[in-house]
Amino acid sequence: MELGPVLLSRLQFAWVIGWHILLPAFTVGIASFIAVLEGLRLFTGREVYGCISTFWIKIFSIAFGMGVVTGIIMPFQIGTNWSRFSDAIANVLSPLFAYEGLTAFFLEAAFLGVLLFGRKLVPPWAYFISALMVAIGTLFSSFWILAANSWMQTPAGYEIVNGQFFAKDWFEVIFNPSFPYRFAHVVVGFFVTASFVVLGVGAYLVRREPSSEEGRTMLSMTLWLLTVLVPLQMVIGDQHGLNTRDHQPAKLAAIEARWDTQRRVPLTLFAIPSDKAESNSFAIEVPWLGSLILTHDLDGEVKGLKDFPADQRPPVAIPFFAFRIMVGCGVLMLGLVLLGGWLRWRGRLYDMPLFLRLAEFAAPIGFVAVIAGWCVTEVGRQPWTVYGLLRTAQSVSPSLTSYDVAISLAGYMIVYLLIYPWGLLLMLRIVRKGPAPSAEQDSKIEGGRPQAPVLAGALSLAEGETR
Amino acid sequence: MTQVLDFVPLWTLLLGMAVFFYVLLDGFDLGVGMLFGLAPDAASRNTIMNTIAPVWDGNETWLVFGGIGLWAAFPLAFAIIIPAVYFPILVMLLALVFRGVAFEFRFRDAESRTFWDHAFCFGSGIATFAQGLVLGTFIQGFRVSGRQFAGTSFDFLSPFALLTGVALLFGYGLLGAGWLILKTEGAVQAAARRQGRICLILVLLAIAIVSIWTPLMSESIAARWFAWPNILLLAPVPLATAAVAWLTWHALGSEVQATPFFGAIGLFVLSYVGIAISLYPMIVPDHFTLWQAASSDRTQAFLLVGTLVLLPVILMYTGWSYWVFRGKIHSEIGYH
Repeated sequence: MELGPVLLSRLQFAWVIGWHILLPAFTVGIASFIAVLEGLRLFTGREVYGCISTFWIKIFSIAFGMGVVTGIIMPFQIGTNWSRFSDAIANVLSPLFAYEGLTAFFLEAAFLGVLLFGRKLVPPWAYFISALMVAIGTLFSSFWILAANSWMQTPAGYEIVNGQFFAKDWFEVIFNPSFPYRFAHVVVGFFVTASFVVLGVGAYLVRREPSSEEGRTMLSMTLWLLTVLVPLQMVIGDQHGLNTRDHQPAKLAAIEARWDTQRRVPLTLFAIPSDKAESNSFAIEVPWLGSLILTHDLDGEVKGLKDFPADQRPPVAIPFFAFRIMVGCGVLMLGLVLLGGWLRWRGRLYDMPLFLRLAEFAAPIGFVAVIAGWCVTEVGRQPWTVYGLLRTAQSVSPSLTSYDVAISLAGYMIVYLLIYPWGLLLMLRIVRKGPAPSAEQDSKIEGGRPQAPVLAGALSLAEGETR
Repeated sequence: MTQVLDFVPLWTLLLGMAVFFYVLLDGFDLGVGMLFGLAPDAASRNTIMNTIAPVWDGNETWLVFGGIGLWAAFPLAFAIIIPAVYFPILVMLLALVFRGVAFEFRFRDAESRTFWDHAFCFGSGIATFAQGLVLGTFIQGFRVSGRQFAGTSFDFLSPFALLTGVALLFGYGLLGAGWLILKTEGAVQAAARRQGRICLILVLLAIAIVSIWTPLMSESIAARWFAWPNILLLAPVPLATAAVAWLTWHALGSEVQATPFFGAIGLFVLSYVGIAISLYPMIVPDHFTLWQAASSDRTQAFLLVGTLVLLPVILMYTGWSYWVFRGKIHSEIGYH
């Protein structure tokens, strides 16, 4: 493949959204967690909830700030790099994005200020309401953005006039065939991701100080939640898969690296698929299981990629491997949750170092699953931006040269590689400090020259010139 | 579909309002970010930062809403203008990333505070300059072929756009100084009054140059302003600008707390109206009118229903969050 503006724009979009999605994957769940903690604190009066909440609000504030600024970049990408796409689908999708702003962003932003800085300025109930509004805002945001994304996967309720998409039925546009499944799968995935982070941090706090009430509460609360959510997510994922089989058969064929349409297909555990040879090598397969899982019928038929013209197939390797990584993460999650449940039943949840260690290691597992799942669904949609209707290659801005996009991509790479590790280190530092009940002390250390203006150098230069 | 109602004027008004809210709200907090670089010590820097820490996020949200609003209401304009200002938008976004994370990073990371101080100050300035470039490029117009931008990604480099870039630095600086006068006292406020006066002089100079340059650049703009009877009807705009400028100058030198900020807002309103008068009814200057670039009635109607319900609610709770953080900020009583 040639490194032209289309491929570079795709890489750039993947880069900025891949990093961005990590933040909502965390903050959507944490916002709800904080709202629950503030509610428990308000209604039970127990200080431990306030203490845990304050601790997570500190971490949340960093992640959310990063989420806001990396999120602002996203809508502009559609204009700068995908202007033909933005022109073609504006009449259908742009109101969905606008509603995201109207229902979610303003809500989050206004109440976030109160959540971060207003604990002493507003009454406790207003503080709880603010936490609740931030949490609801993150869910509204997920609703609209996933409606738009799902429409690109399974477009509905539209008509095409002169190459432009127009809406015929807004209900069908929003609740398009894949939306309910995708929305459930992603939001539950985000809650699972955040829960594993809290579980890991709780385990760390308990391992460091076994009597830590905050750590025990975090561990216990999230383990209950995960006991429900992880199996639930597996059921939703299965249903989402059936939906993909019905509406995006080429994507499903790529996920399974299935080349020929067959009944009683095996389940491919591992293989090296080749787009050129149209076959797999080193395949490890379990007979019949593929049909059973994909169609819920031992005799079920699964479409193969050869049923689709070569220029209408997604690349196979990325969806194939990413899907196996995602499912692998799910299996590991289930194992950890079962182990935790068994330990809780035996009354040993807080004093088995191996489990605490495993929970710590598992803290980032949700992010791996989210990124893998996102690769499956977005690469699996190729070579289309609107599935079956608008090609990715015909979506890019015509004025862009490879150099333009190479420069901007380099800019985004440099900035993100600076911001993200830095943010992560600051969040880890907060974790290391722990949820100490004492008021946060602003560090006495001052960098550089605290008693001089930031622009001192430039100022003296300017004054030197004028004198 | 028969044309029952024309939503374009209403959407023009709504989008105009959204963009103006952005310019006003993020304008003062980008301006505060630039003046932050001139603060003499850590205590006053903390004070300055705290005047905007609880509200900057909401202010920046208007940028998203303005951008997506343009896309939703006038998609053809969005598809032409945004790729035409590829690099100014890139630079603006990256600069906004730096200044945005600086709020949290600076507070949580005392060892690297100097670095994030610079990121905050330069990020604010660079984002402002880039927005000025976008404004100048927009006023000058674009090369268009069919429904797409037909120039190169470097078309934005022009003397006029550089001028509007510099002008916006002082414009936002003036708004920022007005905000600081409103929210602080003592030495920080006194410095803001001095900086405000310098910004005011330079922004007036820039307004004057732009006002002479644009009619020279475009015959249609010259005709709009100087043809009879427009010259008489539009005369209040420059006259009011002069009056507001005079008022602001005196307010900066006196003890009044709120007038400089509202004077600066007045200057922005008048400049904004001036640009609107020059370009109306074009949304892509010389190529497409608001009506030609508009989205379908169905799209505009669908979004209008929600907007008319939600926007007042948004203004209400945004107002409430400003009210929670009302009053002067002292260096020793930060929110953190």
